[in-house]
Amino acid sequence: MIKKKRKLLNLKETVIESLLFLCSFFSIFVTAGIVLVLLVESWGFFKEVSILNFLTDRQWTPLFINKHFGILPLLCGTFLTTFIAVLTAIPIGLISAIYLSEYASLRVRNTVKPFLEILAAVPTVVYGYFALLFITPLLRQVIPGISGFNALSSGIVMGIMIIPLVASLSEDAMHAVPMNLREGAYAVGSSRMQSALHVVFPAALSGITAAFILAVSRAIGETMIVAIAAGQQPKLTLNPLVPIETITAYIVQISLGDTPHGTLEYRTIFACGMTLFLLTFVLNIFSFKLKRRFQEVYE
Amino acid sequence: MVNPTFRITGLDAFYGNKHVLKNINIDILPNAVTALIGPSGCGKSTFIRSLNRINDLILTFRREGKVCYHNQDIYAKDVDVVELRRRVGMVFQKPNPFPKSIYDNIAYCLKVHGIKDKDKIDATVESSLKKAALWDEVKNSLRQNALTLSGGQQQRLCIARTLAVEPEVILFDEPCSSLDPISTAKIEELIHQLKQSYTLIIVTHNMQQAARVSDFAGFFLLGELIEFDKTDKIFTAPKDKRTEDYITGRFG
Repeated sequence: MIKKKRKLLNLKETVIESLLFLCSFFSIFVTAGIVLVLLVESWGFFKEVSILNFLTDRQWTPLFINKHFGILPLLCGTFLTTFIAVLTAIPIGLISAIYLSEYASLRVRNTVKPFLEILAAVPTVVYGYFALLFITPLLRQVIPGISGFNALSSGIVMGIMIIPLVASLSEDAMHAVPMNLREGAYAVGSSRMQSALHVVFPAALSGITAAFILAVSRAIGETMIVAIAAGQQPKLTLNPLVPIETITAYIVQISLGDTPHGTLEYRTIFACGMTLFLLTFVLNIFSFKLKRRFQEVYE
Repeated sequence: MVNPTFRITGLDAFYGNKHVLKNINIDILPNAVTALIGPSGCGKSTFIRSLNRINDLILTFRREGKVCYHNQDIYAKDVDVVELRRRVGMVFQKPNPFPKSIYDNIAYCLKVHGIKDKDKIDATVESSLKKAALWDEVKNSLRQNALTLSGGQQQRLCIARTLAVEPEVILFDEPCSSLDPISTAKIEELIHQLKQSYTLIIVTHNMQQAARVSDFAGFFLLGELIEFDKTDKIFTAPKDKRTEDYITGRFG
């Protein structure tokens, strides 16, 4: 009698355990599946277009009669918007972080931080329209020649979008710098600014770099804003005032368009997806490693 | 009678509602070592941390009473805290070198005070490391990160850093509590030498250390200054029963 019950109990435990296992590994399985699909489909693509061609051709015209499959114009678009975004987000994000960590009273800090996180909760499609219908017209007041779709306004808005990320992560890194370093700085007669810039900031540098890299990878992967406001013209240019196209925006264009499934044109998005995945993957690993190194130093 | 460097009258200190210093009155004389002893949590650290206003960093800290440095109330509104801290340096319990090279640890302190002349900085780096008895050990590795030094070396670097800005007073908050006996002996030797040109105040848990290095000693208990006198008097003929009990190890 007792034995039988125990067997039943054991069975129940095993079932529960495997369910828990499946749940926790679900996202890993899904990721593996996605990577597999990416690999298979881009394999199909690269059988017809050589990798060398893909990486060096300076034109991207898969939908035209004269087909070119050079990723460079799309990469260029992605890097251009990312660069503008980072240029916007890093100074403002870092200054906010320095203020919150070194200057703000506890009350200000506890009020401002949640607000920053609310900024992170605005849907990106809203940012996209904000760029197209507010920032671009505003920029036109200053730069009359700017196109309706351009890298500048979408880059700036993308920067605004990632400010909370930069500010919050950098603030965490600076806040984690031990108090006794600040005391050391003050004890030799540093002002707050000197202590913040020359002692706390360098001590938190690897954490701040990790924040920076995460911001870059977020900007590279950002889709909605650039799809709405940056244009759909793959162009190998560094001019931020004309329409361009990013990798993500191209994927949206094909996914929503009427390109027949299974064709070479359709497969281009998997090659693009693979490129994006590799870019952000490498960046995230890098940031993760830096973050870990940072934790090792001050524990 | 010499003018005291610090004259503290009726000092009370609080962290939030906790009353940690009660009516402290004390004169600190120049060119002498004053040791502050007493069990943990008796307020010694709070006391010396209020002499250079480093306690201002603690948001809940509050004080009443007067701390006069050369007859000037350091808590008055018009006091330049940065200048005060330059003149009243501090060495902390845990060595806290900046995460920079050995050279930059000292150069930073000079740059903070607007000294940019490279030759002057080089000279000060060398002279302060020599004064802190660290020069011979690090002269070939000045560009090395300070965090790679041993604990005792780090603490001497912190002393060198403090000396570089030419203070008049140096506060030591249990400077040897995280060091081994050999490093401790070196720091004590150093304190002995520094006495010639600086006014030193040292908080310590180590009674022998207090007896060895100091000229005056104060005994703190539960936020009160029980007794303050010449060190040999405190150690050989304490007036208060509690001081005697603590020194002879009957409690604490």
